[in-house]
Amino acid sequence: MSGPGVAWYLSVAAFLFGTGSLGVLLRRNPLIVLLSLEIMLNGANLALIGFARNFGDGSGQIFALAVMAVAASEVVVGLGLIVALNRKRVTLDVDRLNTLRG
Amino acid sequence: MIVASVGNVLVWAVWVVAAFACLGSGIAVVSFSNPFYSALALIGNLGALAVLYLLLSAEFVAAAQVLVYAGAVMVMFLFVIAYIGPHSESPWMGGPSWQAVGAVLAAGALLVEIIVVIGLKASGHLAHSERVGAAFGSPAEIGRLFLTDHLLAFEITSIVLLVAAIGGVILGGHSRRAAGEVPPL
Repeated sequence: MSGPGVAWYLSVAAFLFGTGSLGVLLRRNPLIVLLSLEIMLNGANLALIGFARNFGDGSGQIFALAVMAVAASEVVVGLGLIVALNRKRVTLDVDRLNTLRG
Repeated sequence: MIVASVGNVLVWAVWVVAAFACLGSGIAVVSFSNPFYSALALIGNLGALAVLYLLLSAEFVAAAQVLVYAGAVMVMFLFVIAYIGPHSESPWMGGPSWQAVGAVLAAGALLVEIIVVIGLKASGHLAHSERVGAAFGSPAEIGRLFLTDHLLAFEITSIVLLVAAIGGVILGGHSRRAAGEVPPL
């Protein structure tokens, strides 16, 4: 394998996951929390694909594709919730969304 | 030999550009105050990740990443942001609150944990990587794996997508009905 070894890709994946978790913990806008979640999922995907290349086994890529499908589902439900909240004129701030009553 | 080393340098150059674009746009997503710019930065992040996937000989996953993520999912994000209207929020303004400090500490701890765990558990395997054939990561190989070894995962994925689609319809329809219950004045 020419170019950088898998360890370099894994360090990028770790930094992406850390950046995404920082966004999830720090930001209050639920839209940006969802975007940061996507970064976390992509960091995990990069690690999966790096390990798949390292071991020469395609199962890691299958796992990454399944993660992509789950991420798309999560975005559909999350954005649906955000639109529903917006229609109820609720402030889009995760610190204020602390009750489940409708 | 010279051709091989030139190729090596080229791969390194592409890797450095893609990795730094990836990390920079990731930080941009977290720190932009306008969600619209965050979503645009995430599209750049996904494109740079697709380049990294190509370097890891995962051609099909890279194509799926660009089509599904940067295409479909991000367009949906941009539509919702345009529908709601950008609520700007500046994460770094107003001095460090205890929440921000705690978030940075927790994210840093998570990063250190990941690096330590990967270093402890996988450092023995990372020195040399297996040689893979040209078919590795190709659509034919992915399809063969999906329909033979990982058939259950394939079917469960389709059920998850169906449930998410139904959930999206129910979430949208319910709020529309609730809005219809308001008596017109």
